[in-house]
Amino acid sequence: MGASDFSKLPHIGESLRRKEDYRFLTGAGNYTDDIDLAHMTHAVFVRSPHAHANIKSINKAAALAAPGVIAVLDGPDVVDAKINGLPCGWLITDTSGQPMKEPPHPILAHGKVRYVGDHVAMVVAETLEQAKNAAELVEVDYDVLSAVVDVRDAKGGAALHTEAPDNHCYNWAIGDKAAVDAAFAGAAHVTQLDLINNRLVPNPMEPRAVIGSYNRASDEYTLYVSNQNPHVERLLLTAFVMGLPEHKVRVIAPDVGGGFGAKIYLYAEDVCLTWASKKLNRNIKWNCDRSEAFLSDAHGRDHSSHAELAIDKDGKFLALKVHTDANLGAYLSTFSTAVPTILYATLLAGQYSTPQVYVEVDAWFTNTSPVDAYRGAGRPEATYLIERIVSRAAFELGLSQDEIRRRNFITQFPYQTPVALQYDTGDFHACLNHANELGDVAGFGARKAASQAKGLLRGIGYSSYIEACGLAPSNVAGALGARAGLFECGEVRVHPTGSVTVFTGSHSHGQGHETTFAQVVAARLGIPVENVDIVHGDTGRVPFGMGTYGSRSISVGGSAIMRALDKIEAKAKKIAAHLMEASDTDIDFANGEFSVKGTDKKIPFGQVALTAYVPHNYPLATLEPGLNETAFYDPTNFTFPAGTYICEVEIDPQTGVTRVDKFTAVDDFGTIINPMIVEGQVHGGLVQGIGQALMEHCVYDRETGQLLTGSFMDYTMPRADDFPEFKIGHECTPCTTNPLGTKGCGEAGAIGSPPAVINAVLDALSAVGVKDFDMPASPNRVWSAIQAAQ
Amino acid sequence: MQVQMKVNGKAVTVDAAPNTLLVQALREHLHLTGTHVGCDTAQCGACTVHVNGRAVKSCNMLTAQAQGAEVTTIEGLAQADGTMHPMQAAFKECHGLQCGFCTTGMVMSAVDLCNRHPQANEGEIRELLEGNLCRCTGYQNIVKAVQLGAVGMNA
Repeated sequence: MGASDFSKLPHIGESLRRKEDYRFLTGAGNYTDDIDLAHMTHAVFVRSPHAHANIKSINKAAALAAPGVIAVLDGPDVVDAKINGLPCGWLITDTSGQPMKEPPHPILAHGKVRYVGDHVAMVVAETLEQAKNAAELVEVDYDVLSAVVDVRDAKGGAALHTEAPDNHCYNWAIGDKAAVDAAFAGAAHVTQLDLINNRLVPNPMEPRAVIGSYNRASDEYTLYVSNQNPHVERLLLTAFVMGLPEHKVRVIAPDVGGGFGAKIYLYAEDVCLTWASKKLNRNIKWNCDRSEAFLSDAHGRDHSSHAELAIDKDGKFLALKVHTDANLGAYLSTFSTAVPTILYATLLAGQYSTPQVYVEVDAWFTNTSPVDAYRGAGRPEATYLIERIVSRAAFELGLSQDEIRRRNFITQFPYQTPVALQYDTGDFHACLNHANELGDVAGFGARKAASQAKGLLRGIGYSSYIEACGLAPSNVAGALGARAGLFECGEVRVHPTGSVTVFTGSHSHGQGHETTFAQVVAARLGIPVENVDIVHGDTGRVPFGMGTYGSRSISVGGSAIMRALDKIEAKAKKIAAHLMEASDTDIDFANGEFSVKGTDKKIPFGQVALTAYVPHNYPLATLEPGLNETAFYDPTNFTFPAGTYICEVEIDPQTGVTRVDKFTAVDDFGTIINPMIVEGQVHGGLVQGIGQALMEHCVYDRETGQLLTGSFMDYTMPRADDFPEFKIGHECTPCTTNPLGTKGCGEAGAIGSPPAVINAVLDALSAVGVKDFDMPASPNRVWSAIQAAQ
Repeated sequence: MQVQMKVNGKAVTVDAAPNTLLVQALREHLHLTGTHVGCDTAQCGACTVHVNGRAVKSCNMLTAQAQGAEVTTIEGLAQADGTMHPMQAAFKECHGLQCGFCTTGMVMSAVDLCNRHPQANEGEIRELLEGNLCRCTGYQNIVKAVQLGAVGMNA
């Protein structure tokens, strides 16, 4: 079935209330820390208090002698057990043709620690309190080394790894440099911009948690883990790190309290608990404290960039040139290397028909927590850069932010960008028009005057983003360095009485798949949504899967389910044809009924399901009984959600307090299955994006590498009273490359919003002479910028 | 030490070390795992329960301090037959939850908020929710849920 037919089915586009809500609202959710296995022991990690130090010795004696302690394991124990380090999932090839520098990433430090929070030892005890007390008794003698923290200090700083003597991981480039240089030579105007995309801590509300369990009788491991992609976790754990056969390891990611990227990766704790569960033959739980999460979860963003935009006399973009330094942290986290390259540089054409784009990226190691994908993963960094420089060009040329975008929008699709991607569809003018209307831009002047009368500065900021979801196809990604496939798997199991269980490789940790995916299946089969259950998050039940990240679930996971439904429908038609003594090519299926073309003969879906399992009147010679189909779907292209966001801020120049007064978001997500859920995703993304622009800021001390924002007391999390009510609108150009027409909606809010806010801040502050500003727009930073401009 | 309290209407005795937090007693001793722990600085509110009718962050209170108290957790909010409290129903109706982790504390805070401020407007609700963090919803639908829940509670 194609996207056009699909969008017309019943239930598609209905805001059905979520099937999963009852358990969450009544306290019956089942998160990893809620699981209590027999005779559970507890693990606590001894972490490095230094950003960079050699380990001279570790004395475990006192800890081992403490009450309740079962084991204290450290780096040498890992080496003895022949457990490998954590793998990086994406090989970037340097412009020199050499592979990126890929130093070992040990699960417990061996000889050296490289960031505050690095794993030094694991203590396992009968109770959590005993483990915590014993962890205090592990004596580690450090020889402290100087630390490199800021990406701009990495070159020439003390080397973290012998494999990367200058802390340089790779230099990578895309685009035609000579053509870009030629375009700049003929430009009427060049806009330049230096910017920093500030480091963030993802902070899903459920901290990471792991339970390792081993069954000696069957030689099987079970790992419960708060994770977004249990099959990927298992693959990395078994094939790359521990050398275990996959069929002996079951990974269960039960209810997961938010992910935002931070729970994609295989972490050291996951491996340690799996290993120790067999070694000690005990069930072991580790539940991350929030303070530990700040130290040890993969962080996001942290780019420092210089960009130049060449423009002709009519305000048309001729070329964009970008150099970015990306901070990868101390080690290469699972997908870290793809973020500032494949997921960033390829998006730098934005919504514009800029003929030439050239991007060069240097990636560096520093003594900070590893940096990896965080809600948006490269696309927020790209969008922030393009949308900032476009608005700056507008300010410089005296054009409105609206007008400069209109003059440069891509209008013909498919569109091949100069940086590899091919956009299949979109209508950028429609989103911009809709946003202008919804955001009452016509009334901005009056609102600005009203603010001025109160001594406040009002500004308006635009951001017209495009992003790429559903990273694909596998063979192209493989050629670009991906070490995994990027397909998805879905199994549709029709039960004899016609109800359905779907097993999906996508993982829901807030996205509402149990409802949206059920809507897809119910719509296709013409059965009530209540008759469809979705199972996810368990390698013991789901055939395979690549999980949830990059807003891929509906477009890739949903399409796999669609393919399985195609197979179900094809087989069911054969059964129906047999029952109605017709040819299967004459069978129609609609609204849950099979009918014979040109006759009034029809039978319901339930009767065909029952016949498949009670095959008394059945073509057994040519058709297997049963109605259970699995499909793997590998997309032919990314999907390209796009939209325009408009922000209005009001700033008190006396205090620097910046208030978002209005925020309008118009997105084109293609076909929308459940608008309520989609809008919820947009709201959440907006708060994370506006949070980055206004308040969130991860800060390490530049000399010592100590994390200065290590708790919710120091790292400002967005709260309910920081925001107005958002105005949300949609345009729809269905995706042309998947059977649903969907594009993905999970990250758009976080991708599109930061430049809208900062462009608004700069528009407001232009009245007091401020020309440049880096996130976040906290009162102190805004006030300081105003003072500096006076 | 032994602490007697009433939890969700039932008299219980918890035998716990003096440094046991109320949230530990609820989760680990009484296996009421609907109350969650999202931070270690009393900032996130995921552990919010009612103690003698008022919303309290149960990570910030010793079990011993609950001696003789009436404690209500999320598990005690719905009716015995499973029918949700008007605030729970409002959260579902308004899509005021996504991953569900902050939700139980958010609902307990919201019930207390509406008991004390039944007529709170949108801006006041946003301010009164200051003690609870949510990373998924962007708060917009939580605010709507609290408004609808207040209507249900006042009915």
